[in-house]
Amino acid sequence: MCQHVESTEINCLLCKNVRLLICLCSPFRCRSLPAQRKIYMRSPPIPEMATQEVQLNETLAHLKTESETLKSKLEEERAKLHDVELHQVAEKVEGLGQFVMKTRRTLKGHGNKVLCMDWCKDKRRIVSSSQDGKVIVWDAFTTNKEHAVTMPCTWVMACAYAPSGCAVACGGLDNKCSVYPLSLDKNENLAAKKKSVAMHTNYLSACSFTNSDMQILTSSGDGTCALWDVESGQLLQSFHGHAADVLCLDLAPSETGNTFVSGGCDKKANVWDMRSGQCIQSFETHESDINSVRYYPSGDAFASGSDDATCRLYDLRADREVAIYSKESIIFGVSSVDFSLSGRLLFGGYNDYTINVWDVLKGTRVSILFGHENRVSTLRVSPDGTAFCTGSWDHTLRIWA
Amino acid sequence: MARDMSDKEILKMELEQLKKEVNTPRTPVSANCADTITFVEGMLPNDPLIKGVPDDKNPYKGDKGGCIIT
Repeated sequence: MCQHVESTEINCLLCKNVRLLICLCSPFRCRSLPAQRKIYMRSPPIPEMATQEVQLNETLAHLKTESETLKSKLEEERAKLHDVELHQVAEKVEGLGQFVMKTRRTLKGHGNKVLCMDWCKDKRRIVSSSQDGKVIVWDAFTTNKEHAVTMPCTWVMACAYAPSGCAVACGGLDNKCSVYPLSLDKNENLAAKKKSVAMHTNYLSACSFTNSDMQILTSSGDGTCALWDVESGQLLQSFHGHAADVLCLDLAPSETGNTFVSGGCDKKANVWDMRSGQCIQSFETHESDINSVRYYPSGDAFASGSDDATCRLYDLRADREVAIYSKESIIFGVSSVDFSLSGRLLFGGYNDYTINVWDVLKGTRVSILFGHENRVSTLRVSPDGTAFCTGSWDHTLRIWA
Repeated sequence: MARDMSDKEILKMELEQLKKEVNTPRTPVSANCADTITFVEGMLPNDPLIKGVPDDKNPYKGDKGGCIIT
């Protein structure tokens, strides 16, 4: 603890009833959710300072002003090219008809909140992970469970299917990402073949295989993302730049190159070059934590979903936000976003238990889907675009088509 | 890691990043939006969630498939 600790008791902003111990000069966390979120104090009282600290604050102030000046310059440069809005250019585009999307399958079997899911490239299998430590592989057509593994930790916040379909990766509060090869032999104990690949100093929030089974990209509550070699467990590249927990990441579609985008609790979405480890572009227009980022099918843009109840589209070539998907009636945060195959529809899973479907070009909502009985925590469109799957805190997954 | 860095170090990191970003090449929004729209219109006929899939080809509509009990 630093010298500024005061045992002030206030209520946790998330669960409302746990008392907190606060350090006034750094972010605090709620004891009931040890690693889920970082919450910043609104305006800490300023304690008395020694001369050393006064000097430190002068340099800090100086850095801050420089930073603010550069930020305004950046905004100026970006604004110069902002000659039109996306929905204006899209006025001539034909409107979409009525949508009939319903739950076609309900996958039941998890004993607690479903936190993450991923599709296999065969467009049929799904891996999902939940708060109780279980990771299950399902056949989406028949709803049969094909494999189940129990992780040694709870809150398995990330899971991913390998491109070959022969392995799954998962991790969470154990600060690691582990890879389990999937065996066709039902009697084989999957847990025995587990391979620990990534090691972070805080919880694992997201993971994804790159184009092969050999490399994994991870993001963590420790504020970094990292690229690992699966076979050796070696760290190939690390990505520093977020000032708080990184909550999500997405790889660019393979045709467009070696980049990925990440979003975090610092409200920033960063685009990174995987080879050099450099942050190429950064976007800070959200007003709260970014829970989900997803590349546009063309690779030239990406969408983000945030606790500020909006989804936003950022164009990478114009280097700015080009659309906001929001409504006054939507006040709950977005936990996950994904595009349909053509990029015309944006699906968002919200904390108010619904899924909102947006027309990407026109900026309007085309449909709202009900069905889950608790917040939607994860949403992915299948690789061939025929359906999308949602996972929820109501312990189930639903396939919509 | 971000958690272990002091405010000053975080600010320095941000500053370095901003200096690089100010010089990024950018193109006007109108050109990019037009591109995006062309892309979408091209892919639209093949989007199963928009155009729909005939029931006999859609694995999710109709019978679940069921299991074979031997």
